[in-house]
Amino acid sequence: MRTKELKVSAIMDGTVIDHIAAGKAFTVVKILHLDQTHETVTIASNVPSGVTGKKDIVKIEHRVLSPEEVSSIALISPNATVNIIDDYEVVEKRLVELPDTIERILRCSNPLCITNHEEVRTRFNVETKAPLAIRCHYCERSMKEKDVLRVLG
Amino acid sequence: MLHDVISIRDFEKQDIERILALAEDMEPLARTGSDLAKGKILSSLFFEPSTRTMLSFHAAMERLGGSVIGFSDTDTTSVKKGETLADTVAMMERYSDAIVIRNPLEGSARLAAEVSRVPVINAGDGSNQHPTQTLLDLYTIRKEFGRLDGLTVAMLGDLKYGRTVHSLAYALSMYDVSLVLVSPTELRMPPEVIRHLEETSVPYDEIMRLEDMPPVDVVYATRIQKERFADPNEYEKTKDAYRIDRSTLTLLGDAKIMHPLPRVSEIAKEVDTTPNALYFTQAGNGIPVRMAVLALLLGVVA
Repeated sequence: MRTKELKVSAIMDGTVIDHIAAGKAFTVVKILHLDQTHETVTIASNVPSGVTGKKDIVKIEHRVLSPEEVSSIALISPNATVNIIDDYEVVEKRLVELPDTIERILRCSNPLCITNHEEVRTRFNVETKAPLAIRCHYCERSMKEKDVLRVLG
Repeated sequence: MLHDVISIRDFEKQDIERILALAEDMEPLARTGSDLAKGKILSSLFFEPSTRTMLSFHAAMERLGGSVIGFSDTDTTSVKKGETLADTVAMMERYSDAIVIRNPLEGSARLAAEVSRVPVINAGDGSNQHPTQTLLDLYTIRKEFGRLDGLTVAMLGDLKYGRTVHSLAYALSMYDVSLVLVSPTELRMPPEVIRHLEETSVPYDEIMRLEDMPPVDVVYATRIQKERFADPNEYEKTKDAYRIDRSTLTLLGDAKIMHPLPRVSEIAKEVDTTPNALYFTQAGNGIPVRMAVLALLLGVVA
C-alpha cells in the first residue's frame, strides 16, 4: 500500500524555513511581513515530522532572508532551519541562532523608552535564551518571550 | 575608568570605591571651593524640573571652580519646536566639557552618551536610573559607619516602583551586606531584583510589618505614592502602617534613617531632631559625591 505524503512543491529560488515550531508559521509570516509580499509564499502548519512530532514550514520564492531576519526567527523558533535555494538546489544552510545582541528588528515594549520616541536603532542584549529574556540597551527593561511576540506582531 | 555615568549596572565595585574615596577628598573643597575645574563648563539639560538634583549638580560644579550653562525646563528651548534629544546633545557637547541630563524618557541618557563625545551624567531617566543618587546613598552609609561590609540595611515602603531602592539594592549586592525588605504585598521588591540578590548571595528577609523589624543599621524609607493604589482606603492604611514617628521609632533602635527626599508623611517632622535622622546629611552628601563624579569625568583629578 502506498503512503500518502504531503507534497509541498519545491521552489526555484528563494528561502525555505523548515522545522519551525508547530503553530508558529503564522508568526513567522507576520514578522517577515509576508502578508504584504507579492511573491509566492507557501505555508504548511502541523506537518508530521520525525524529529519533533509536528512542525511548520514556510517557503518564500525569490527572496533571500537577511541575517537580521534569520535572527528574528530565532526569537520565536530557535530550532528552525533556513535554507537558501537557487535553481532548486540548497546553496546555503543558515543556522538560526540567537545572537548575543539583537539590533533593529525589535521595538522595545516599554512605551516610555527613548527608542519609541526618537529615531534610534534598537538594541537588546540576550540574557537567557531558554526561556527567552532580553534587556533593552537603552531603558534596561527586560522582555520575555510573550513581550517579544507582542512587539513582533 | 568610566567615560560616562549612566547606570549603576555599568559600575564595577572598583569604580564605586574610586568615587567614594574621591568624594571623601572633596569634603573640604565642598565647603571652601576650589579651582580644580576652572574654565570648564557643564551643560545642565533638565528636560523636566528637578530642582533639588539640578541645584546639587550646579553647586558641585561651582565648588570645583567651573561654570554651568543649560535649562531647567523645555518651555523656552528648541525642544518645544520638536528638536530631537540627539540634536540638542550634539549641539551642547560643542559648548561644554561635560553634560548632565535629566529626561523623563527611559534610556535617554544612554542615547545622549552615544551621541556626545564629552562625558554624560544621568540625573534621572524616568523610572530607570539615577546613579549619583545611589552613589550618594552608599557614601552616606559608609561615612556614617566607616564601612559598608557587615551592615544590615532595611528598605521600607514602596519597593516595587522605587527606582532608588532597586539601584541601591543592586549596588549593595557588591558588598557583604544583609537586607530586610519591608513592604505591603502589593509593593514588594520586583522578582528581577530578588533574583539578583539570590545570584549574588545577599541574605535578605521580606517582612510586611514595621513591628516585625529585626535589629538593623540603616532604614531606607521611600515615598508611598497614592497613584499606586486602586483603592484610596488601602493607600491611607498602608501609608500609616509604614510611617516613622516617635512611637514607631522605638521599634528601630539606633538605626539611621535615610530617605531620598522629598518626604511627604513617611517620616514625621519630630524625627528630624533625633540621632536617627540621617536624611538631610544624606542630601548634603550629594555635593562632594557629585564633585567627585564631575572631577573624575572632566579628568581634572589624577
